[in-house]
Amino acid sequence: MSESLRNTIYFAIVALLIIGTGMIQSWNSALFILNMGLVSAIMALGVNLQWGFAGLFNVGIMGFVALGGLATVLTSMPPVGEAWAAGGLRVLFGLALGAATIVAAAFAYKRLDPGRTQTLVMVAILVVGFFVFRYVFDAGVEAVEAVNASTEGYLGGLGLPILMSWPVGGVLAAGAAWIIGKAALGLRSDYLAIATLGIAEIVIAVMKNEDWMARGVKNVIGLPRPVPYEIDLQNDPSFVERATSWGLDPVIASSLYVKFGYAVLFTIVLVILFVMAQAALKSPWGRMMRAIRDNEVAAEAMGKDVTARHLQIFILGSAVCGIAGAMITTLDGQLTPTSYQPLRFTFLIWLMVIVGGSGNNLGAVLGGFVIWFFWVQVEPMGHALLSFLTSGMEDGTPLKNHLLESAAHMRLLTMGVILLCVLRFNPRGLIPEK
Amino acid sequence: MDLLNALVALLNFVVVPATAYGAQLALGALGVTLIYGILRFSNFAHGDTMAFGAMVTVLFTWLFQSWGIGFGPLPTALLALPIGILGCIGLLLLTDRMVYRFYRAQKAKPVILVIVSMGVMFIMNGIVRFIIGPGDQRFADGERFIISVRDFREMTGLREGLALKTTQGITVITAVIVVALLFWFLNRTRTGKSMRAYSDNEDLALLSGINPERVVMVTWIIVAALATIAGVLYGLDKTFKPFTYFMLLLPIFASAIVGGLGNPLGAIAGGFVIAFSEVTITYAWKKVLVYLMPEPLEPDGLVQLLSTDYKFAVSFSILLIVLIFKPTGLFRGKSV
Repeated sequence: MSESLRNTIYFAIVALLIIGTGMIQSWNSALFILNMGLVSAIMALGVNLQWGFAGLFNVGIMGFVALGGLATVLTSMPPVGEAWAAGGLRVLFGLALGAATIVAAAFAYKRLDPGRTQTLVMVAILVVGFFVFRYVFDAGVEAVEAVNASTEGYLGGLGLPILMSWPVGGVLAAGAAWIIGKAALGLRSDYLAIATLGIAEIVIAVMKNEDWMARGVKNVIGLPRPVPYEIDLQNDPSFVERATSWGLDPVIASSLYVKFGYAVLFTIVLVILFVMAQAALKSPWGRMMRAIRDNEVAAEAMGKDVTARHLQIFILGSAVCGIAGAMITTLDGQLTPTSYQPLRFTFLIWLMVIVGGSGNNLGAVLGGFVIWFFWVQVEPMGHALLSFLTSGMEDGTPLKNHLLESAAHMRLLTMGVILLCVLRFNPRGLIPEK
Repeated sequence: MDLLNALVALLNFVVVPATAYGAQLALGALGVTLIYGILRFSNFAHGDTMAFGAMVTVLFTWLFQSWGIGFGPLPTALLALPIGILGCIGLLLLTDRMVYRFYRAQKAKPVILVIVSMGVMFIMNGIVRFIIGPGDQRFADGERFIISVRDFREMTGLREGLALKTTQGITVITAVIVVALLFWFLNRTRTGKSMRAYSDNEDLALLSGINPERVVMVTWIIVAALATIAGVLYGLDKTFKPFTYFMLLLPIFASAIVGGLGNPLGAIAGGFVIAFSEVTITYAWKKVLVYLMPEPLEPDGLVQLLSTDYKFAVSFSILLIVLIFKPTGLFRGKSV
């Protein structure tokens, strides 16, 4: 069987699965799976850049995705004028002081000769800077958070169109990746894994606690949308007429229309990123990356700066994850920091890349769709399986109840088993690297 | 008098909790560092191994409690601990047999093993949640305090009280015993020496006739014991909740790296460094400073450097600083 035929069959199966969901369950859930599948494919592309091209192990995908989500609020929500007046500038000034402290400390470290003076000056700068920062910053934060605490209490965003937030999400994620990469790249591969695990937790902690920025756990709801609202469509006579002429209920039709609009936007982004990733893979730069991955020592001997190249691709891959994160939040229409779970936003993406075929962009996209489909469908399947297994037991026994309740945790188990099986029996994935 | 009060407040809110937490981290980091030294990868499943061992212990504690078996003033969990360790040993040996051995034979790259350990983490996490559920479980019983705040105040007449929880006492005592046993084993017994030899230089160890499979098996057994003890102590001190054990992974790794991966002594030092920094940086110092400062200078705020929600940020920053300035850790681990 030729390669292209095999790939076509794989994607046809995915299409059939989604269409089947539409026929059996509902078109709404089919479009939901499609939309999230598209975003998952983008995240998988980003991770594939890091792992497939360069062999970098990033366990903090969740953090970069969350930064993308934060970008939607910072870019697209209207600014809260009152909060800005109350303490917005003070907060920004505080942050600037904090950044200046770190820069000054780094400068002192570089300029002074190593020794006790160097350490003392550095520590002094950091300690004094920290207290000045807290003095300026805390009062500003308090003032901002006091403004309409129940509905606002944050600075708001720039009020730009929400589509602008997608690239901004990429930039934010890239910035975080730069910090991590600078510290952890060039050391053992495990260190990057641990450092990224840490940054992800911290990004989430900051988003949960810094209420002045994006309201923390109080969530920001009602983000602007790039597509029309259902209610407007339902009130639009021409839309209602068209829907009825197709034999659809206007309410369902409007929700399908909106989801379809997202699907078109997401497909455009996916295609652009995919084409770019393919071009990168085929370019001399891509060949160099793979050469570095396969034998770092040899590549270094040929004069390639391994650490710098790693940093480059780590930033690029994280930026792609950031873009996808902004897209997810746009789709949800709200930012809920508590919804970021490592299992869902880090390990699931890993599974997509490994199952799809690490090092192959098409594979990553396929993995994104396949794994997302099963992630959504495993829970009902687990329920069905456990109901079947326990059908012989008497109703109401504690064991049966416990088993039925635990079906929700089947996801973890299934994902782990799939990961281990693929790694062991088919480590190259569904569509292997050429 | 004020100085004494300040000292007692410091002991009560910083030193005692940080020591207990540090002991728990040290035990966890010892497990990570041993696996790193012998099997040469960072085990992401370690947090969930702790959760599994602790879960078995919790289940048997409940069983003993329902039979009416107690341990006097000490928590019943200590009686169930050996069974938990056995269960954990069984699980780890099974995973080694079914998962890790294949990659060892293949001589897979460490990063592959890290990914594999992530898969194992999924499965263990799934098993634990499947059996005991994702919620909080209480299993501590027995006497709650060695010294309670009121007793201490009555004894000394100070304004500040010092509470010493039984679990904190047990944590520290157990940790000391376990670490002493571990070092005796590594330094004095034949098996322990062969483990150290294997960790230092694999090829040389193989040449001198050390059986690698046996070394690996012993390592897993020790790691299972350490993980279960750490997990149970943490659960006794706080509560048992599967997700918190996953969250412990970061401070544990930070401890192991700060001390120097692969170096057992470093793991212990690292555990205390991380624990003390976390507690001191997230503690509201007002209570201590009130006694030390003259009246007009007394602080208005809480004098808390960072809110407690950022305690992970503390371990992470220490980790970053160590990675930037001294990647081999304080005690010269084996890796760069």
